[in-house]
Amino acid sequence: MATGVDTLISPAMEEAKGRWSEPRASPPIALSDIRKWAIATYWPQTPPAIYWDEAYAKTTRWGGVIAPRDFNPFAWPVQRLRPPAAAAPVEGVRLTGINGGQTDSYGVPQRPGDVISARQRLKDFNERQGRFGLMLYTYNEIEWTNQNGAFVRRRIATGIRY
Amino acid sequence: MTVKVHFEDVEVGDEMPVWSRTTNFMHWNRYAAVNDEFVPFHMDDEDGRKAGNAQGAFGMGNLRYAYLVNALTDWIGDEAEIREIGCQYRAINQKNDTLSVVGKVVEKGVVDGENQVRLDINVTNQNGEATCPGHAVVVLPNRA
Repeated sequence: MATGVDTLISPAMEEAKGRWSEPRASPPIALSDIRKWAIATYWPQTPPAIYWDEAYAKTTRWGGVIAPRDFNPFAWPVQRLRPPAAAAPVEGVRLTGINGGQTDSYGVPQRPGDVISARQRLKDFNERQGRFGLMLYTYNEIEWTNQNGAFVRRRIATGIRY
Repeated sequence: MTVKVHFEDVEVGDEMPVWSRTTNFMHWNRYAAVNDEFVPFHMDDEDGRKAGNAQGAFGMGNLRYAYLVNALTDWIGDEAEIREIGCQYRAINQKNDTLSVVGKVVEKGVVDGENQVRLDINVTNQNGEATCPGHAVVVLPNRA
């Protein structure tokens, strides 16, 4: 909980607002990544064949296996990128962060072999008093495209820190 | 090829089938394993309490989002697609909660050449509490 400060918004956040990051690329998506994702999110039910059965998937409009819309190709990086320092709230305050929600718009599906490129920016932020004291709301925009430049997903993610 | 629902068959006010899961560490740990989401308050009761949840560890918002995707996908089938989902995480997913994804059609029309259907969606728990209100837009095929 934030105590002893009047604001959690740092000058660096103001400076970073609206600036796109350099793009980063996912590892190539593997069929087994998609299968395991579907098993985990459908557990304990057997997931739909479109996510793991190539023979079936070929009979659909997609012509092959596709990933669930929520599939994250950036999971399990070998090296973890630290959050951009420019987006950090004020220093010296220990904060808890929670996921406030998101709005996702979708284009083409992700498929085995795809390499997804992502760029993001701190789109906006505000703060207000809430049940945990001073609470900071940040809105990050993350845009994904595939190796052909096709639009895959745009997310506006709400982060809450207090 | 599986078409589960055609655009012509959907009317404003229709409800999609309810999709439910009773969640606990068996579900959360599997999701953590695929999404690399080993956040202490999802893994450990003491860390959950430190984060302000008296009942201990709690489920991931991202997993509830996956349940929204799954419910919509199971309803519309493989020949349709999800165009948009938005949601807010309003209440915590406690251990052994039974989560139910619900959705009601609020609008339908042709947008940019697509047969779009808009729904109000939510994830309710066994107490009827709305944990994840939001909306979705799906694109449905025509009846041939």
